[in-house]
Amino acid sequence: MSLVFAGVCSHAPGITGRAEQADRVVRDAFYAAFDEMRAELEASRPDVLVVVAAEHFANFFMNNMPAFAIGMADGYDGPIEDAAWLGIPKFRAPGDRDVSRRFITGVMQRADVSYAEEWQFDHGIAVPLHFLTPRFDLPVIPVNVNCQGPPLVPLHRAWNFGEAMRAAADTIPERVAIVGTGGISHWPATPDSGKINEAWDRDFMDRWCRNDRDALLDYTDEQVYADAGQGGFEIRTFLTVAAAADGAPGVLRFYEPIPIFAVGCTIATYDLADVARG
Amino acid sequence: MSLYAVQKYLYELNRSTPRQTEHLADPTAAVERFRVAGAGLTDDELAALVEPDIGKLFHLGVNGQILMHFAALHQIEWQDYLQRMRDGIERYGPVREGVYAMTGYDGVDAHAASRGQTGRPPNGGGV
Repeated sequence: MSLVFAGVCSHAPGITGRAEQADRVVRDAFYAAFDEMRAELEASRPDVLVVVAAEHFANFFMNNMPAFAIGMADGYDGPIEDAAWLGIPKFRAPGDRDVSRRFITGVMQRADVSYAEEWQFDHGIAVPLHFLTPRFDLPVIPVNVNCQGPPLVPLHRAWNFGEAMRAAADTIPERVAIVGTGGISHWPATPDSGKINEAWDRDFMDRWCRNDRDALLDYTDEQVYADAGQGGFEIRTFLTVAAAADGAPGVLRFYEPIPIFAVGCTIATYDLADVARG
Repeated sequence: MSLYAVQKYLYELNRSTPRQTEHLADPTAAVERFRVAGAGLTDDELAALVEPDIGKLFHLGVNGQILMHFAALHQIEWQDYLQRMRDGIERYGPVREGVYAMTGYDGVDAHAASRGQTGRPPNGGGV
């Protein structure tokens, strides 16, 4: 089979943990966009959901930091954060070790990747799952791209990794959905938390929706840090999904800065059928 | 100065409920055990972990993604956490090491108001 769904969304912990502190109208509009994304995801009838996240020192530390890692377990516990702090009760998300193993094997044909049979989900995956698979009834394959502890993988290698995931999805019989989470510009968990560069975000998402490889790779980490903060390094997760979508056009479904959530809240999807039709 | 060791302590603390219980019960003993085990913590770093001095730890360069959970463990509300980091920069100087730098920001409330959003204070949860 192949890819049946591809999209991206924000994952900031404030989205659930500080929900009551946000403007209710804007927050509910964002949540409604998440509901629409979930409906579209379910309509694609996936067998497995690949979540490409930028985890935040929940499983990986600078003693042994993988550039790319993929989970290979039958289940994953989360959130690793305090449940009250994140606003998400403790859960066990289903995995599928066999599907993960075959997916990882496929990825390894083109890219080097670590695998992990233990993985505790932090907000980078827990927040998206809270909205997209609230019943935890869809097997998940967690994927991590190191966006926290430099040196970070160059953007073109994040792109190549996305292509490798697409090739792997094409070789297994399961219907695969992929969701990238993170970014875009933000200065999370710092004194500047809440700062958001809306113009930069919209320009980035324009490149993402055009699925313009050259434009998406036309950043340096120095530029990203200056314009989009250290949280901007998480564009790597969005790039992998763009690459996996293999030229499909994207649609920005929702974008609105919500300072108390510390991010420009974003939901976007690719029209994979457009490529199939073409 | 051993930012790696400070962050390693917090990383392990964040992942382990038993360690959190130990730390809250007797932070000096918990951090000392970590130091004796081979970590190169200085007395200054040990004191910041024990107090806890969120501003000092941020000044030393602890990644906010690690530090915010340490603050939450001590029931420090989100906006208070942000303020303690600002105070630390004011008191101790710029971040010494790591990936962060202050860029200037009016703060969440002013930013939200500029967008016409109406925020509400925390009600005890969501620190």
